[in-house]
Amino acid sequence: MPCLSKVIPSIPHENTSSNFIKWLTRLSGQMERVVVSMQDPDMGVKLRNQRLLITVIPHAMTGNDIVEWLMQKFSVCDEEALHVGNLLVKFGYIYPLKEPRVLTLRPDETPYRFQTPYYWTSTRWPASELDYAIYLAKKNIRKQGELIEHEKESYNMLHKRINHTWDFVVMQAREQLRASKQRRKADRIVLECQEQAYWLVNRPPPGMMDVLDQGPERKNILNSRVQLVGVCVCVFVCERVPTCVCVCVCVCSFVKYCEQYQPHDPIMQGCLPSNPWITDDAMYWTINSDSVAVPTKLRVERWSFSFVELLSDPMGQRELMAYLEKEFSAENLCFWQACEDLRHGENSKIPSKVDEIYKQFLAPGATRWVNIDSKTMEKTLQGIKQPHRFVLDDAQMHIYFLMKKDSYPRYLRSELYKNLLARAVVPQETKKSVFPFMRRQRHSSPSPAMLTQTGEDDGKTKHHGTGNV
Amino acid sequence: MGEMEQMKKEADGLKTQIEAARKAVADTTMSAASAAVAPAPRVQLKTRRTLKGHLAKIYAMHWATDSRLMVSASQDGKLLIWDSHSGNKINAVPLKSSWVMTCSYAPSGNLVASGGLDNMCTVYNLKTPVVKTVKELDAHTGYLACCRFLSDSEILTASGDTTCALWDIESGKQKTVFLNHVGDCMCLSLSPDMNTFISGACDSLAKLWDVRDGTCKQTFQGHTSDVNAISFFHNGNTVITGSDDCTCKMFDLRADQEVISYQDAQLNAGVTSLALSVSGRLMFAGYDDFNCNIWDTLKGEKVGVLSGHDNRVSCTGVPPDGMCVCTGSWDSFLKIWN
Repeated sequence: MPCLSKVIPSIPHENTSSNFIKWLTRLSGQMERVVVSMQDPDMGVKLRNQRLLITVIPHAMTGNDIVEWLMQKFSVCDEEALHVGNLLVKFGYIYPLKEPRVLTLRPDETPYRFQTPYYWTSTRWPASELDYAIYLAKKNIRKQGELIEHEKESYNMLHKRINHTWDFVVMQAREQLRASKQRRKADRIVLECQEQAYWLVNRPPPGMMDVLDQGPERKNILNSRVQLVGVCVCVFVCERVPTCVCVCVCVCSFVKYCEQYQPHDPIMQGCLPSNPWITDDAMYWTINSDSVAVPTKLRVERWSFSFVELLSDPMGQRELMAYLEKEFSAENLCFWQACEDLRHGENSKIPSKVDEIYKQFLAPGATRWVNIDSKTMEKTLQGIKQPHRFVLDDAQMHIYFLMKKDSYPRYLRSELYKNLLARAVVPQETKKSVFPFMRRQRHSSPSPAMLTQTGEDDGKTKHHGTGNV
Repeated sequence: MGEMEQMKKEADGLKTQIEAARKAVADTTMSAASAAVAPAPRVQLKTRRTLKGHLAKIYAMHWATDSRLMVSASQDGKLLIWDSHSGNKINAVPLKSSWVMTCSYAPSGNLVASGGLDNMCTVYNLKTPVVKTVKELDAHTGYLACCRFLSDSEILTASGDTTCALWDIESGKQKTVFLNHVGDCMCLSLSPDMNTFISGACDSLAKLWDVRDGTCKQTFQGHTSDVNAISFFHNGNTVITGSDDCTCKMFDLRADQEVISYQDAQLNAGVTSLALSVSGRLMFAGYDDFNCNIWDTLKGEKVGVLSGHDNRVSCTGVPPDGMCVCTGSWDSFLKIWN
């Protein structure tokens, strides 16, 4: 496969149609190159048969497989791979088999299929009105007049607009339907899916983002396109540079991080109930302590940013443990905690800790046996014969990623988390005191650094301005 | 001689390949990418506390994980533990050697450490009725420039003998020695996941190390003078350095190169220390010209200044909850700003 040149279609400044066409052409070219390599018989995505009701569709892949392949190919994290995958779905290069209207990539067992090059953006853009009319006519005939709302509207509008060729439209529709009846059921379903996917991208129903900008009202949705496309496109460049990730991706993820954490940055955005350094009210620390009964909303929301955030809050860890206990998979978190204790604990206790962990989690028939793949298990069992601080690192990493991919997203969707979020408090803002004579004089204890008593009280620390504005 | 020549050629060839790889991915600049982001507001922070108690230059300070306690080290030969909110001094630890250059608070809050021209890192236990020395970690052959706890059993040190070391506190021995710098190591910063750390040295390089196997994973160049301050960004992928060449630079680990440089034509004082706000948007850098400048990390612009010290700002720190900034200076005062 040829080396991708540094052609990143930068988003045009002016949303003119010629700029857009140029940009879209370059973008589609990039995406097509990726999709072609995804279909490589040796190095491409794993394909399998997918059962749809009673028919078996060949050459399908799961959302998971797509994300994994992209992660490996471009050496990016799962979030970025998901971004890229979403791009491929939104622009119609990959379509979902089960819920065709949902044009997003789900990183799970949801089945997807490659769109045939016949329907690629580069080959058939812009979509012709005639083709759309024929498609709607076919649907109309099949469903005996029961088209969905927006399709009905489009059908009627087209009927009026190209009335002079309507006989041709209906004739074509009938002919195509007849031809498809003669195909094998599996082929027919595949062709219908492909056609439907094509039209969902080119004539999106109201409410769905019009990425190809062909709607009757040309809105300036440049910004939303930027959001969708901006980061992802650059990843394509890095095909030939396996270890480096392109600066654009790094920079964009940095920008995203800053934006996501801004509400949690008291210096940028203040905090509720108040900043203890400004109002002298230590309420903030009290309501965010470890043992508080009801956490604040910001705190619970932060757990959804990343698995690391959940684990680094002791309350978050406790909540996760409660959830896992309900699911009977608490041994994973217990194992992870035990490994952390081993890594950061005293040197002399290492052999006994390793032994304890082995008995509880790794030995065959152990009470809290953890599910590690055989290769890692073998390596770990060999390693613990000579225990050291990092001997369980591989196993711990395996369990960590298992929890991150599986338990963590499920916890975020669980009733337990949703209820906690609903119960979480948004503290009231504490008003700053206005009366100047309420300002407290602060006397610190006499400085122990002073060896000789000079009689002068050197320790007075005046309380500086509370900002009475 | 022939072999040397060959190896030199190979090294040069590799260097060219790395440069080419970096260039290939350098497709944009931070300013271009952040053009769409709203500018940070003009940040005006006021002094909320002035902590007086030291009698000589303050060289280092470090916040505890509870965001209220902190430790400061001064060349009057004392470590002071402060409850910064009330301004009270909780403890004063007398030091054997008054030439202290660094101090650190353990994440558990049980221990503090200090070190300096005595080439040793001394670990103290704060939880005993009287503060006791737990261990004196003595193996470096140069001054101790920086130290950071990983836990109550392990500590990382950066030394003027050009090495960094990971110590086991219980036994007092060095477990891993990190050799690669060719100049005095001046600073270090642990990654959020504690598997790697980054160090800055007088050879103007910053290096990324793996804690477990002691290897140098990546090297970042760009500065033209000693790297005095270094900090990991909270996302674990980005690093910010401050140097005597009066600039701060941001490096990205994945792109393996410099992303943006924070400099100003009117600034000709070296950077002594730096700290980041919780979101990473703001960077507080202390300079030799007695000021601490506030930078917008995305736009690369100065958005504020903390002036109030009467001498060089030697250390800065933002507590884990991000509520404020603390600056320590050679004028013997610590100021807390918000």
